[in-house]
Amino acid sequence: MTPPMTAEERTALIAARPDQARGLLRQMLRVRRLEERCVELYSASKIRGFLHVYIGEEAVAAGVMSALRPDDAVVATYREHGHALLRGVPATAIMAEMFGHVEGCCRGRGGSMHLFDADTRFYGGNAIVAGGLPLAVGLALADRMLGRDRVTACFFGEGAMAEGEFHESLNLAALWDLPVLFCCENNLYAMGTALERSESQTDLALKAASYEVASWAVDGMDVLAVEESARRAVEAVRSGGGPHFLEFRTYRFRAHSMFDPERYREKAEVEHWMERDPIASLRAELEASGHLDADDWASITREVDAEVDAAVEFAESGTLEPVADLARHVRSERSTA
Amino acid sequence: MKTTYREAMRAAMRDAMQRDERVFLMGEDVGRYGGGFAVSLGLLEEFGPQRVRDTPLSEAGFVGAGIGAALGGMRPIVEVMTVNFSLLALDQIVNNAATLLHMSGGQFNVPLVIRMTTGGGRQLAAQHSHSLEGWLAHIPGLRILAPATLEDARGMLWTALEDPDPVLIFEHGSLYNVAGELADDAGPVDIDRAAVRRTGADVSIITYGGTLPMVLAAADSLAAEGIDAEVVDLRTLRPLDDVAILATVAKTHRAVVVDEGWRSGSLSAEVSARITESAFYDLDAPVARVCSEEVPVPYAKHLEEAALPSVARVVSATRATVGAGEPVAGHA
Ligand SMILES: Cc1ncc(C[n+]2csc(CCOP(=O)(O)OP(=O)(O)O)c2C)c(N)n1
Ligand SMILES: [Mg+2]
Repeated sequence: MTPPMTAEERTALIAARPDQARGLLRQMLRVRRLEERCVELYSASKIRGFLHVYIGEEAVAAGVMSALRPDDAVVATYREHGHALLRGVPATAIMAEMFGHVEGCCRGRGGSMHLFDADTRFYGGNAIVAGGLPLAVGLALADRMLGRDRVTACFFGEGAMAEGEFHESLNLAALWDLPVLFCCENNLYAMGTALERSESQTDLALKAASYEVASWAVDGMDVLAVEESARRAVEAVRSGGGPHFLEFRTYRFRAHSMFDPERYREKAEVEHWMERDPIASLRAELEASGHLDADDWASITREVDAEVDAAVEFAESGTLEPVADLARHVRSERSTA
Repeated sequence: MKTTYREAMRAAMRDAMQRDERVFLMGEDVGRYGGGFAVSLGLLEEFGPQRVRDTPLSEAGFVGAGIGAALGGMRPIVEVMTVNFSLLALDQIVNNAATLLHMSGGQFNVPLVIRMTTGGGRQLAAQHSHSLEGWLAHIPGLRILAPATLEDARGMLWTALEDPDPVLIFEHGSLYNVAGELADDAGPVDIDRAAVRRTGADVSIITYGGTLPMVLAAADSLAAEGIDAEVVDLRTLRPLDDVAILATVAKTHRAVVVDEGWRSGSLSAEVSARITESAFYDLDAPVARVCSEEVPVPYAKHLEEAALPSVARVVSATRATVGAGEPVAGHA
């Protein structure tokens, strides 16, 4: 695990870049509020299918995304609303997608688990556990072959590390020295299966390191630590340092999906982790150090709520793609198959 | 020029890599070894290790990387040694290559070509001999090709690479050594239409890939008996060329479908169903099928031969269909 910052280092860091810290706080809140609204809309049957929220884990996407350049690429999982939003996909397009409307980022063909966006190089939204890792390797291979200094950030849960595609991808990326940043979101559970019930080696960074991939474990509840480690790793990857692996130790506060009675974990465990809520923690820290006052917080929440309200309004007033277009986008319109 | 199917395929890859910098080949042993079936022999020396990439034994990994590289602007040719091994990459083929364009609402197309060997007849038993292209032809989002001639071995690849979406090319292992004449200026061919390989008036035998030479031999022997068979090579298994299928049936009023896949749920079942759906009243006899027996392909030569379609089985099914032989069980 990368050594946690000392109290002095944190104070200095925040004092040096208070805007950045406030910005990260705001980004995490955008995800939190958007997803809280998604859950309500799910209960109201406006959103259907599977819905996996990221509540509790926002520091990971917020920190990593802030370390990327616009021309980098992102590959994520089915728990990716936050990644899409923080990558720059408009909240309106995300919400409309979940409503199944044609104004959605995938015209309503993907839904919550399959958000894609060409403008921000957001390559999904992949609902096959570990299915996105080989794609990330290939995107990085293309960059390498075309001599572009772009990075591909690939997010996946710790559950994916038991899949063959994880091992094949790490091996290939290391063997070919490809610019991939592997971001493992270790929230300790794969649905109801706890890490120690699925991995013979629970030190995930060690496991990744066995492929000769530079690997670190990071406190995923601390957005400043995430940002710091991601920035360093992205720089290293971009400058030819080969693939890197970051294990973000985090926790999901909510159920796996909307169909999960949470029989596999204790309430006390959840409550324990909620004390480390990445949003509340950073807010308290900024307030205590005099870098966030009540007005700042009020204006952040006002802006964020306005964004979410506008997204819901946009989605509500969306339209359905005509059924006559059902067979579109199976093959490119240029193709006849 | 005298050439073989293998050399024609290799010439197609060389041509593609010369035409387009973005084209590269990757797969197990495509480089130093020269390819599991020696198709890529010499390409490493000619194009270097960047463009002829030996991969580890990671079918899902390198097929998925091919998809990613295609998304990233390259034009990969991914070689999988056999269709049996490609099952380890089925997730990437079916869940990613075939779906990304659709799930992304038309934003991300995958210009990827995957080549693989298919079929039996070489005593390789049940893990190297199956013909699973019919399965893949079930999947919307993929285009499935089965080059059966030297012209198609030489010409389908470039057209496939120009397709903006994923194309799978199935090369029957028994075809690699087929030798013959190929025009010096042979080049890209269409990948949309079936081809009539032999015109005839009495019955249509519809097939593709590795069974085409067998069907042509059967047609020759039927001709000696006075049965004039038309032979249709499907060439593209998805999307099927319905126009060509219905046209030949409208002409001969009888159809035999020959497919090395198993009969149940096979490509031949699809072809047969389309004929009965759209040309039922053109038919003078039930559609017949010659497929593999419903067993994993066995090793012993006599058993393997008994399991796979043969000239004799095609001849007898065709005779029965034109009413010239013993009735086929089930059709009597
Ligand atoms: C290949 C595959 N197997 C099983 C599933 C069903 N499934 C969906 S999410 C999940 C758990 C994955 O856990 P993890 O990778 O840790 O991600 P998390 O949900 O915790 O973010 C499972 C088993 C799936 N989607 N894909
Ligand atoms: Mg998990």
